[in-house]
Amino acid sequence: MRSAGALLWREYRFERRMFWRNRSAAFFNFLLPLIFLALFGAIVAGHRNELDVIVPGIAGMSVMSTTFTALAYNLTFLREQGVLKRIRGTPLPSGVYLCGLALNAVTNAAIQIGIVVVAGRVFFGLGWPPQPLTLVVFAVVGVGAFALLGAALSHAIPSFESAPAIVNSVFVPVILVSGVFFDVKHVPGFLRDIAQALPLEPLINGLTGGLVQGRGALGSHLTALAVIGLWAVVGIVLAVRGFSWEARRG
Amino acid sequence: MPGVKAAIEVRELRKSYGAIDAVRGIDFSVARGEIFGLLGPNGAGKTTTVEILEGYRQRTAGAVNVLGFDPSERPRELRARVGIVLQSSGIYAHATVAELLAHFADFYPRPRKIDEVIELAGLVEKRDQQARNLSGGQRRRLDLALALIGDPELIFLDEPTTGFDPAARRGAWQTIRSLRELGKTVLLTTHYLDEAQELADRVAIIKSGRILAEGSPAELGVGAGSRYRVAYANGSGELTIVETDDPTRLLNELTSAALARGERLNALSVTRPSLEDVYLELTSDA
Repeated sequence: MRSAGALLWREYRFERRMFWRNRSAAFFNFLLPLIFLALFGAIVAGHRNELDVIVPGIAGMSVMSTTFTALAYNLTFLREQGVLKRIRGTPLPSGVYLCGLALNAVTNAAIQIGIVVVAGRVFFGLGWPPQPLTLVVFAVVGVGAFALLGAALSHAIPSFESAPAIVNSVFVPVILVSGVFFDVKHVPGFLRDIAQALPLEPLINGLTGGLVQGRGALGSHLTALAVIGLWAVVGIVLAVRGFSWEARRG
Repeated sequence: MPGVKAAIEVRELRKSYGAIDAVRGIDFSVARGEIFGLLGPNGAGKTTTVEILEGYRQRTAGAVNVLGFDPSERPRELRARVGIVLQSSGIYAHATVAELLAHFADFYPRPRKIDEVIELAGLVEKRDQQARNLSGGQRRRLDLALALIGDPELIFLDEPTTGFDPAARRGAWQTIRSLRELGKTVLLTTHYLDEAQELADRVAIIKSGRILAEGSPAELGVGAGSRYRVAYANGSGELTIVETDDPTRLLNELTSAALARGERLNALSVTRPSLEDVYLELTSDA
């Protein structure tokens, strides 16, 4: 039989092909961060400080939507449709299959971060990321944590019909309190405390360090990195524990 | 075939979900190359039994052997040698039939040729159609094709024709018969009697987690306790029905008496209970 590595590569390529085949979904997936950038860029045009908030904020939101939101939806859909169960009956190792799904989401996150960085430079004159190491470290840890948390959330979603409501009831409040659209400095203390305990604000904090001139190197964002790391651990435990290969109903 | 071990051996199999006993101690074995039918009403325990054999569920008690493996350990080699058609399972809607088969073929050590399987499943005209554009019956044939792509020795078919129109059912039966010609072993569940009678070499009738009768469809029709039914019109033209274990003797007596009286036995018939009669009798709640 083929090695796990060769199988993973094939599974990954298949997932990518299927992702692009569903054109409307793929289109809006990449259009959404650009729309947000264009809207908020127009609103705050010329205000350097505001742009320094919006661009890393939308990069952070893109990480969350491509991994957390997408995996929570996809895993629920594949489970409820019986695709997971069908795959489980084949000799494809389960871990290879799940890694293929995760790598597909990671690729979308990487593409979106790329789009945001390029758009920030081309349209808003932000320059290339001053701290690429900080950007990469936070992107990698953030993507990992949100992918695991998305998988964990899918276990709590009983049916595909209820997935949008449940996922959005997490996604929307988190992006609102985490400073995607404004500087967290300006929100009341208790909300800021909540935001800083959640994984998105620390991720945006680190991405700001990577993307915006003079916001500090990796060393000055270690607390934020630790918070995301803790969420990743919570994500691993919950993602593995509740995993079900079969539909909840019928 | 002497000396060849059975494909499936099940001994004293039990499965409980909490306080509910879904399977209550069943035994059967399926020989290699045989088509074996598990026949019973909905909720009888057919799917639970099959899913234990497929490795999806853990048994509560008993012994199970599938191609020499314990399916509860889910060995990869076993998964490479069986094909599974579940009652319902989704698939990547935007992939074509040929793409899906090519992708699944990568999972197996010695897959069959894609176009061979497409032909076997009767999907030649749908080869380059995306799964979302297939009809229900075509989707079911795709399920079968995906189960056959790894060239399995043993194929599990869980209610393969439920929801089919009569023509589609006959087509599916033809495909399943062709599996026999390929030397495959098939475990089939169904709640259709005619399907079991058409396809299965042997049938086990299962209800409430127990096997009520087992044998070839013909044997079951005349199984233990089932009697021949002799009907005729007596001298005043009334239809008389007599049940007997020994129709030869009864017919001899009836015909001799009639001849001695110089009468004819009108509307004489001898029937044995069909599989349907046995099934209805065994599975009725009365």
